Amino acid sequence: MPELVHTGVMKKLINSPQDVVREELEGMEAAHGDRLRINYDPVYIVRKDAPIKGKVGLVSGGGSGHEPMHGGYVGKGMLDAACPGQVFTSPTPDQMYEASKAVNGGAGILHIVKNYTGDVMNFDLAKEMLQADGVAVESVLTDDDVAVENSLYTAGRRGVGLTVLMEKLLGAAAEQRISLAEIKKLGDFIRNSGRSMGMALTACTVPHAGNPSFELPEDEIELGIGIHGEPGRRRVKLASADEITEMLMDAIVSDLPFKKGDDVLLFVNGMGGTPLIELYIIYRKAAQIAKQRGLNIVRNLVGTYITSLEMAGTSITLLKMNDQLCKLWDAPVDTPGLRWS
Amino acid sequence: METFKLEDARSWINAAALLIAENARMLTELDTAIGDGDHGENMMRGFKAVEKKLQTGGPPTDLPGLFKLVGMALLSSVGGAAGPLYGGFFLAMSKACAGKQTLNKTELEQVLAEGLADIQRRGKAELRDKTMVDALAPALQAFRTFPDGDLAGALMAAAEQARCSAEATIPLQARKGRASYLAERSIGHQDPGATSAWLLLQALASVSNATA
Repeated sequence: MPELVHTGVMKKLINSPQDVVREELEGMEAAHGDRLRINYDPVYIVRKDAPIKGKVGLVSGGGSGHEPMHGGYVGKGMLDAACPGQVFTSPTPDQMYEASKAVNGGAGILHIVKNYTGDVMNFDLAKEMLQADGVAVESVLTDDDVAVENSLYTAGRRGVGLTVLMEKLLGAAAEQRISLAEIKKLGDFIRNSGRSMGMALTACTVPHAGNPSFELPEDEIELGIGIHGEPGRRRVKLASADEITEMLMDAIVSDLPFKKGDDVLLFVNGMGGTPLIELYIIYRKAAQIAKQRGLNIVRNLVGTYITSLEMAGTSITLLKMNDQLCKLWDAPVDTPGLRWS
Repeated sequence: METFKLEDARSWINAAALLIAENARMLTELDTAIGDGDHGENMMRGFKAVEKKLQTGGPPTDLPGLFKLVGMALLSSVGGAAGPLYGGFFLAMSKACAGKQTLNKTELEQVLAEGLADIQRRGKAELRDKTMVDALAPALQAFRTFPDGDLAGALMAAAEQARCSAEATIPLQARKGRASYLAERSIGHQDPGATSAWLLLQALASVSNATA
């Protein structure tokens, strides 16, 4: 089959590739300046009422292009600060260090880090810098992507959909003024209780690259996609929504494994270019499969929450729930990207 | 070239900035194939930050000062994995040449070895994991085994080895970094990190060549 030829034309609502992140932040400031403050050098987004005395400061961050994550989750009941990097590029340690200092209310800092080589290394450096200043800091990793199979020969599983749930649940816990050690413990528990897998119908185009991140023939889909436009684990023929949902759910359920009688949160996420109408078709089948397997869906989330620019596709996350996690999930949250009371 | 001096290090950094800018597109294309398509852009931003720091701050007066400036600038501008790795590389070299104004061949070898050790400590990559280590480690070996004293020749041998070794990453399956998620599909592509590492060593050799 002949290779598709790049035309070099990129259709995006941007002004220039190098201004994408800064102009996005200026827009966020204009829209949400009542509750967020943006620092531009180094770049971070912070709750306007930070630092909050006696509350553990929650800081996350990662490459841009996953909106609303992470900046959209800064606010009451979720993150205290977020550090956006360039598109799909980890932010730098000075950003994380300054953001952590800005939200340190004396109860310590928790970093929520997605398991990517760059993110982990940069957050480690920031942690060392903070510790040198005498700040108590812990970190929780998310590595929920079951598509990465053998962690001995890879950089380990990627942090994907579970990160959104982690930020919500730990954010609620921090509002209850629980200690840094307890939040860290809860974070590790959540890390071990959730699994995800995603797929793509189309690739996405990083603004400064100008070309799609991979070529996907019209009749094929990419299974086990991450959130950086990196190609997935394998490529299969286009299938129906029900068949795709089965492939994803089979991989997720058998991995942890989720067992008959488990209470779960079912999270169906859009990758950025998939309409809600399709996400509900996926949710419909995922809920049927959960029922067949004896899983009780006690909470759910359907929508576009962790994305890969304009990629079309979906990811499914299952998280084992208990009474404590349900209460934390139901607690009020007031951020640009997630809000309920 | 008998010893490596502050002005050589300055020329190295200038040459590196130029080579990275010239090859940014190629690095990004390599990274698009097995990574996330930003390595060229990130490295270019990093070396622009270095140049800016050199122009605005007081210029460093010794080798450790220059390496520290380069390391800190890369660390706070590149992002991704390359930021901490190359930033750490220069910071480790800065520490390793503390108190020295010039480096002879043996001393430069030790300084580069400390830089490589920092990359391996941070990135936990071994040879044949398909990373920058695959270019740097054999290059350093070529430098070490080059007949005594001939600094310029050793640097050119190192650069040539780095080029060959970067090419030799093509048949490898990635076991570290974002390319590792592709498993066997990472085979058949040259590693972008090994390629940028070769460019840095090529820049270093060009300095020795010019002043030989």
